[in-house]
Amino acid sequence: MDYEVIIGLEVHAELLTDSKIFCCCTTEFGGAPNTHCCPVCLGLPGVLPVTNEKVIELGVKAALALNCEISPYSKFDRKNYFYPDLPKAYQISQYDLPLARNGYLEIEVDGKTKKIGITRVHLEEDAGKLVHSETGSYSLVDYNRTGVPLIEIVTEPDLRSPAEAKIFLEKLKSILQYAEVSDCKMQEGSLRCDANVSIRPMGSKEFGTKTELKNMNSFKAVQKGLEYEVKRQKKLLERGKKIIQETRRWDENSNKTYTMRSKEEAHDYRYFPEPDLPPIVLEKGYIEEIRKTLPEMPYDRKKRYIEEYGLPEYDAGVITSSKALADFFEECVKEYVDAKTVSNWVMGELLGTLNAMDKEIDEIPLTPKHLADMLKLMDKGTISGKIAKKVFKEMMETGRTPDEIVEEKGLKQIADEGELSKIVDKVIADNPKSVEDYRAGKKKAIGYLVGQVMKETRGKANPQLVNKLLREKLES
Amino acid sequence: MKLCELTAHELKDMLRKGETSSREITESVLDRIQEVEEKVKAYVTIDREGALKQADEIDEKLKQGEQLPPLAGIPIALKDNMCTKGLKTTCSSKILENFVPPYDATVVAKLKENGAVIIGKTNMDEFAMGSSTENSAFFNTANPWDLTTVPGGSSGGSAAAVAADEAVMALGSDTGGSIRQPAALCGVVGLKPTYGFVSRYGLIAFASSLDQIGPITRDVTDCALLMNVICGHDPRDSTSADVKVPDFTRFLRNDVKGLRIGIPKEYFPEGINPEVEKAVINAGKLLEELGAEIIEISLPHTDYALADYYIIAPAEASSNLARYDGIQYGYRSQDYDDLIDLYKKTRSEGFGPEVKRRIMLGTYALSSGYYDAYYLKALKVRTLVKQDFDRAFEKVDCIISPTSPTPAFKMGEKVDDPLAMYLSDVFTLPVNMAGIAGISIPCGFSKEGLPIGLQVIGKPFDEGTIIQVAYTFEQNTDFHKRKPEL
Ligand SMILES: [Zn+2]
Repeated sequence: MDYEVIIGLEVHAELLTDSKIFCCCTTEFGGAPNTHCCPVCLGLPGVLPVTNEKVIELGVKAALALNCEISPYSKFDRKNYFYPDLPKAYQISQYDLPLARNGYLEIEVDGKTKKIGITRVHLEEDAGKLVHSETGSYSLVDYNRTGVPLIEIVTEPDLRSPAEAKIFLEKLKSILQYAEVSDCKMQEGSLRCDANVSIRPMGSKEFGTKTELKNMNSFKAVQKGLEYEVKRQKKLLERGKKIIQETRRWDENSNKTYTMRSKEEAHDYRYFPEPDLPPIVLEKGYIEEIRKTLPEMPYDRKKRYIEEYGLPEYDAGVITSSKALADFFEECVKEYVDAKTVSNWVMGELLGTLNAMDKEIDEIPLTPKHLADMLKLMDKGTISGKIAKKVFKEMMETGRTPDEIVEEKGLKQIADEGELSKIVDKVIADNPKSVEDYRAGKKKAIGYLVGQVMKETRGKANPQLVNKLLREKLES
Repeated sequence: MKLCELTAHELKDMLRKGETSSREITESVLDRIQEVEEKVKAYVTIDREGALKQADEIDEKLKQGEQLPPLAGIPIALKDNMCTKGLKTTCSSKILENFVPPYDATVVAKLKENGAVIIGKTNMDEFAMGSSTENSAFFNTANPWDLTTVPGGSSGGSAAAVAADEAVMALGSDTGGSIRQPAALCGVVGLKPTYGFVSRYGLIAFASSLDQIGPITRDVTDCALLMNVICGHDPRDSTSADVKVPDFTRFLRNDVKGLRIGIPKEYFPEGINPEVEKAVINAGKLLEELGAEIIEISLPHTDYALADYYIIAPAEASSNLARYDGIQYGYRSQDYDDLIDLYKKTRSEGFGPEVKRRIMLGTYALSSGYYDAYYLKALKVRTLVKQDFDRAFEKVDCIISPTSPTPAFKMGEKVDDPLAMYLSDVFTLPVNMAGIAGISIPCGFSKEGLPIGLQVIGKPFDEGTIIQVAYTFEQNTDFHKRKPEL
């Protein structure tokens, strides 16, 4: 039987504020354990939370970027549960009156645009981190992350495959980065994703029993975890068994999901309105002010790149998929006007190498100006295209300027006719067979001879000049 | 008269005139503690060294001719649920028995800035849950008027300390009557300010939407002086009100002419202690003679307030007290198998029976499937209780009633009957539900010689009016001048 896959996501993203949601402690990642803490985020007896206004602002900005309606009145609630990483034994979150609702995000699936509904966006505080000892005999708690502001984004069950879920997450990440509300670094935990997944016979209107999937630490893991879960559910149904509503954990090592807790074991969080905090009341004017601060979103930027820089739609799409990449491109084009050439380098050498290194553009020392300078060196004939690739790789790794690299490694192109003429003569003398072939009409033989000149000059010879000299000498 | 027996305003004047020193005053109080504390047991922690050091600092400043704030050099006791940096803060609970806060509560910081001398931390019902101080995990506090009776609660230690001259003034906290009821039972003045007037930052929470810190003093003048120091907006407390704080001493006027004072008929139910009833009716008559207009009013939802309170307060408490889990600070059970076992044993061993009872009540009221029927409904009833007062205040400027239905009762009399104990707060807790202000002042004595309290209830942020009424009553009576024999 054919099944339809139904997926909904719950995404947590850390907001890019300098200080925590209810105290003045820094949100900086890392730091020695328990050094980014104060009585408030440690939940000591007697302390009270005070809402960081920047959190509301970034939350609203994120929700606007996701096309949500902002609630003029929302409130904080307490979510009660015991766990050592939660010092108050409740998390301040939002329950029945979230910050924003009814948004959507458009994604491209097989060349078609699809709207994925956003049910709600709400604010909450992050918990700390447990560090378990190797022997398992004790655990330590690090409260540095406690109180870092988060938004939780809940989608409608609109996604129809694990691949779609991955595309959605990539798009969401790009939007949140564009809006400058989150850096979405999954490896640092600033973006986290849980998924609800169920399947139903094709054409059926009713939803099947869903399972909730947790502990997926990368987009790839989300896709793999969901693929596994879909397969597992199909197998169960095909064997005439029932799917149990439960929370399952994805295990990266075994590539399987395991039961974490059943529906019966699910927590009763005993939500109730946080009595220590006033409700969040937002004036229309305030929301509109924030709307004005929303930067250009990927779709608009793509359009602009096509119109302003004359980039092909494909190029514009790839470059604007990441805000950091698009910013890099734009900075570069300011210094070097041939946008298509910049685009070729960004999409080719730059992205290729980044993927191989498994890094993001803001994690390498290369600057847009260096790329522009390098392209100028090519135009001037100082370096050849082939040498440029070497220089580029070096720039990406070390962050040094192209001039420095060319100078130090002696990569300057040989464009001196006298100097090249000698080398050409030598190559002609050393390769009588090819010379004969050429003179006999096999014009292609010149390629081999050019190659030999390049070999003699370790790639530094100006290829046009070499061609010209060879032709002159062979035909004379 | 010994220095420790005087009021803060008397001592303040003597200090200014150079008739005494802060050290002498503090030593007088410490000597008195030495003398009677064994009988009264008002304190959990006495900070003798810290107090004398603070006193000497004040004396030094006086010598330099510095202008000092009104409370400078005055010994004060703090209920043991207000965080004091470097000084144990236990909430009279085993679970916080050795907890030393790394920070000062906002009120404590304000007292220090104003030069008050902190004598120590007073005994209370564990986590402020109770009306007799018998729920302290450590020991009972005795009522200085009769050592076999309770001092009331939960701020019983603070009220007993002030009554027994073991402190010149004190701070208590009031969630359902915990300042006013012990003040009434110990024959002193206790004021619960409007919710939001005094910062709760550093007050260990019982029920966040009801808790409020306030003064316990020997007379209304001292109450006004202390109010001047502790009230005001605090950016660390989002529920603290951004309102202007008046100089409360301006309301120390012997005048109630033309004031409309309401007496709610629901506050004199059948079976009320006749001596209490008589004392309060007489108080009304006196105020009438002094020129006030006495108007009978109705607060029709009074009957529901108690039940309502016992949903809302425990619900908030169940969440506020969840942090005492043995992980980061406080008591941890010695012997446990795993995390869940650690939680269970720590909390079973660390909390007393009344705290456990309320945590269970509150947890139940918030559980899924019961939330709407209990908590949500309780919020609606709370609005009705508040509306009762709103309507009454359209007709009257303030309301008088008994503070407590009875004078001090015997120790042990109600410990096994929680419902009887809960009834001790039946006239005080509606004031917390409505978030308004109330003061209790001495208005008589029972034939056994136990004090009776008069409650004056005011509009939100109108403490001035109730201070004026209380002051006028005080100026025309002698109840506040009597001292217990110890
Ligand atoms: Zn902090």
